[in-house]
Amino acid sequence: MIFTLVWENVRFKPVRTLLSVLLIAVPVTLILTLIGLSRGFLDDSARRSQGVGADIVFRAPGTSVMTFSGAALPEKLTEVLTQTAHVTQATGVVNQPIGGFDSVTGIDPAGFTRMSGGFIFREGRIFEKPDEVVVDQFYADQRHLHAGSVTRILNRDWHVSGIVEPGKLAHLFVDVRNLQDLVGATGKLSQIYLKLDDPSNTPQVIQALQAKFDGYAIYSMKELVSLISVNNIPLLAGFINAVVGIGVIIGFAVVSLSMYMAVLQRTREIGILKSLGATNGFVMGIIVSEAAALGFGGTIAGILLSFVTRWAMLHIAPASLPQAVVPSWWPIAGLIAMGGALLGSVYPGLMAVRQDPIEALAYE
Amino acid sequence: MNKPPDSIIQARGLRKVYNTGKVQVEALRGVDLDVPRGEFISIVGPSGSGKSTLFHIVGGLTPPTAGEVIVAGRNVSTVGERGRTELRSSSVSFVFQKFNLLPNLTARDNIRTALYISGKEPDQFDPELLSLLDLLGIAGRLDHKPSEMSGGEQQRVAIARALATRPAILLADEPTGNLDSRNSLAVLNILKDLNERLGQTILMITHNTEAAAFGHRTLHMRDGRIAETSH
Repeated sequence: MIFTLVWENVRFKPVRTLLSVLLIAVPVTLILTLIGLSRGFLDDSARRSQGVGADIVFRAPGTSVMTFSGAALPEKLTEVLTQTAHVTQATGVVNQPIGGFDSVTGIDPAGFTRMSGGFIFREGRIFEKPDEVVVDQFYADQRHLHAGSVTRILNRDWHVSGIVEPGKLAHLFVDVRNLQDLVGATGKLSQIYLKLDDPSNTPQVIQALQAKFDGYAIYSMKELVSLISVNNIPLLAGFINAVVGIGVIIGFAVVSLSMYMAVLQRTREIGILKSLGATNGFVMGIIVSEAAALGFGGTIAGILLSFVTRWAMLHIAPASLPQAVVPSWWPIAGLIAMGGALLGSVYPGLMAVRQDPIEALAYE
Repeated sequence: MNKPPDSIIQARGLRKVYNTGKVQVEALRGVDLDVPRGEFISIVGPSGSGKSTLFHIVGGLTPPTAGEVIVAGRNVSTVGERGRTELRSSSVSFVFQKFNLLPNLTARDNIRTALYISGKEPDQFDPELLSLLDLLGIAGRLDHKPSEMSGGEQQRVAIARALATRPAILLADEPTGNLDSRNSLAVLNILKDLNERLGQTILMITHNTEAAAFGHRTLHMRDGRIAETSH
């Protein structure tokens, strides 16, 4: 019976219901989009790291898991590392941020091709001149680039020499020496990738390298990928918590206001229910159930809207803002919305319960 | 308080004072009343005479300030809010001048809501209820919402809702106040019929002396007291 009452109540004022649902959906979408972006960004990073084909990554002391910049390793270290037992190849790269979430990566084309198996070109060829850049399909789609296009990176014009399949290390590639000179890091590298004769030797090689290069950040690629998570990105976890908190507050405020208005509009109806002998629990139950229904509707709408934001991201910035679908967060976002909604229904519910039936029946 | 045999309402020295700001309004100033089971009583009186207050106290919508009133075996003066809520769900029902149907719900769901609140099966209307709906002439209007019904139909749905729970007492507050003369007469005849056929105890507030004549006796209220009783 409560279901009928709640259903008819939400149906009776469709605009109010729709607005409430949409407003509750906003924080759900916000949370799912943020989580999706974090996850998408990290998954993309992990996938690209795996695409290098290396077994070990070697970084300077004090670098974090998600290193976007800084060329602190001497280039000559590449040769030293190659001489380590079981290491068959070493290739160094330079990362340089170019604004937003994007960065350009300097590679040695021959070494990188040997290690990763080479790029799969969809258009054009590898860079040959100092002003040439190779971009992956995501970045090309994002910037509407084709082989032969000109794009501006690091305050200078570059010619796109080729467009490659995504999934290998980065979205933009230039010659490593060219980039070193350009950013004032001649002879320096951001990280060095190592390939071994047999991947099963990885722990043994890492141990040997750690003994020799004390304090350096040396990870197996498996370990690096597993470390690419929200908790290892400084401030990201805190940022997500802040957005979740905002979600609860918005859900609470929206439902509180909506149900407060609903209780005011239904003063007479509450009086009627009380004249029929409805208990305080019954009246409260209707208000809370209605808030739960709005919270549920808001959750569903929020999840659907997160697909809309994903679609928008894919079309606007597939390289910079890859948004993943994270179904494991749907119930969490739903609980946050429901929590806010139920919390928001408490005061209007108490207001309804405390109404004097005689005054409520006289309400016009 | 000694309760006369088969008396369903008994009030002694009933007083009610409302505090409106700094002013105290004495709505009832010592009402004594005995209503035997199955009686149809009309209550008349000018505005402010206390008839609505008496009605609200008997219906368990508000407690008296002083005195004692026993309704269907419950001492309304002492039972507290929960007890008064139980009284409304199990023993008394209201019919109001403004019908007071839940506007979002169909006639059927209005009746179902009352059945549900009183703890009865809301989904199956028993034969007695079905024959009541026939008697009221609304069996074919159950799937309509109040906004789709005439005033007379709405009041008949309100009567059906009130009686669906088989209350010991039906309290009708100006039940014909919003109806034209044809529908007023129809509603009054229905109330009289229900009283005669089912032995339904009815207390009806009215301003209309012709309507009051449908009851077995009429209580005339003035200044918070029962000034006169006529048969």
